[in-house]
Amino acid sequence: MQNSIIDIKQLNLYYGKQHILKDINISIPAKKITVILGPSGCGKTTLLRSLNRLTELDASVKISGEILLNGQDLLNSTEDVTTIRKKMGLLAQRPYPLPMSIYNNVAYGLRISGRRKKKFLNSRVEYYLRQTNLWDEVKDRLKEPAATLSIGQQQRLCLARGLAVDPQIILADEPTSALDPHSSRMIEEKFAELKDSYTIVLVTHILRQAKNIADHVIFMYMGQVVEQADVREFFENPKEQQTKAYLQGQFY
Amino acid sequence: MRKTLKIEERFYRVLMFLSTTFICSALFVILFSILRTGLPHLSWEMISEMPHGGYYFGKSGGIFNAIVGSVYLSLGASLLAFLLGLPIAMFINIHLIRLTRFVAVIRFLLDLLWGVPSIVYGAFGFTIMVFFGMRTSLMAGIITVSLFILPIIVRAMDEVLRNVPKGLLESAKSLGSTNSEIAYVVYFKQCLPGIITAWLLAFGRAIGDAASILFTTGYTDFVPHALNEPAATLPLAIFFQLSSPIPEVRERAYAASVILIFIVLTVSVVSRILSNRYNKNKINF
Ligand SMILES: Nc1ncnc2c1ncn2[C@@H]1O[C@H](COP(=O)(O)OP(=O)(O)OP(=O)(O)O)[C@@H](O)[C@H]1O
Ligand SMILES: [Mg+2]
Repeated sequence: MQNSIIDIKQLNLYYGKQHILKDINISIPAKKITVILGPSGCGKTTLLRSLNRLTELDASVKISGEILLNGQDLLNSTEDVTTIRKKMGLLAQRPYPLPMSIYNNVAYGLRISGRRKKKFLNSRVEYYLRQTNLWDEVKDRLKEPAATLSIGQQQRLCLARGLAVDPQIILADEPTSALDPHSSRMIEEKFAELKDSYTIVLVTHILRQAKNIADHVIFMYMGQVVEQADVREFFENPKEQQTKAYLQGQFY
Repeated sequence: MRKTLKIEERFYRVLMFLSTTFICSALFVILFSILRTGLPHLSWEMISEMPHGGYYFGKSGGIFNAIVGSVYLSLGASLLAFLLGLPIAMFINIHLIRLTRFVAVIRFLLDLLWGVPSIVYGAFGFTIMVFFGMRTSLMAGIITVSLFILPIIVRAMDEVLRNVPKGLLESAKSLGSTNSEIAYVVYFKQCLPGIITAWLLAFGRAIGDAASILFTTGYTDFVPHALNEPAATLPLAIFFQLSSPIPEVRERAYAASVILIFIVLTVSVVSRILSNRYNKNKINF
């Protein structure tokens, strides 16, 4: 594919003896929203977490194949894994704010990258909180603990915190599943704006969400990629039998 | 079915009530008997003065030396154990997260060490001292006691760190944090109340133990001015007075116990306050 930022080649992943990801070959286009769809347990989360090498925290994981970011292999990289992770921001299924103030949550990523000037931090924190539509809600309580925010606000804070690390890619694993419809829509709209500057990989099993914001769709089933296509193509003219069945709601 | 459930429920409720009452009254009786015997003998002289000649035979003076010695010793030992123990607890929970078996072995060993009686640590400390030609001193006591409370403080902190949800670790990792940043920024902040409690537990064990300091810290009628001087301590002051044939002196041992309890109480209240103060940033998952 032209303009792809991530290319995954022959990726296989095992949890112990269990074969979870089977011969994954996909490309993820730059500055687009790629949605990974599939029934529960098919390996979407595992695939996403392989991208920033979180799966290796688990001792029983064995992984083989290549994940190329801009042509450079991440799995066998000599580069420090923290450097690799800084290139991607992860938004988890439910928000995990850091145990510190709202301000420090966003400043954290800047500080660990060595930026410590107060003035610079102030302006960047405001910038990222504005980016995630949170600024007006929190500007008077920046010193308060992040735990005092609502779940929807916490998720946007986590997005702001992730953006502050200045990643190229945003990985999002069902980021709206713990949120109310309004907060969900806010996140979706944000993603649609952010794709001008970031590559977004979004896991969801909400078809409506996929249809609304995806540019590119990857459909997985039982650890395999069944189909990957442009969003129009995918929904209007699916090629594989399993995709058709899934889209018709024959399984979830 | 419903009926048997109800009876079972009642049974356990009564059981819990009885055991709670039993434990609380036992504690109360202990405390009461110490206070009843000790309070009448507690005086400002006892707290503020050194033992004069013949103090241990019922003459005038106090145990200021033992109070100061105990505070020095247990603060020193708990600080040393904390400085050694925190990195261990962080290390097995963050850096070694993949080596689950190895970590299980470490935990098992620490639990074994927890069960070793403190007199064994005392004997061990003494052997080491003899080997290096050291005499009984505050320093030797601090080192011995810190070894003795190390497994306690490590396991207490470990239990707190272990309860940090994996999602927090993963989100900190996703931001590109190094393991040390995760340990000393994220985990430290999240667990600070629990870490303070772990320290308090260790402090309590340190100040109350007599066996580990018997051979290592020695006893003296003076306040130590340097780490290489021997130091008096409250548990030993209590022990010596309790073994006296003179009833008056034995009763003073209870007064010394009251002082010990009061110190633990003060430290405990202060650390509770600190702990609540640092609780506000903690995320409750
Ligand atoms: N830590 C683990 N140890 C062992 N097996 C795991 C682990 N994590 C996931 N799995 C297995 O890997 C498979 C894929 O899981 P994964 O979480 O990637 O699914 P998913 O597509 O994200 O599902 P969902 O839509 O329910 O979130 C499942 O069969 C799961 O049981
Ligand atoms: Mg999932």
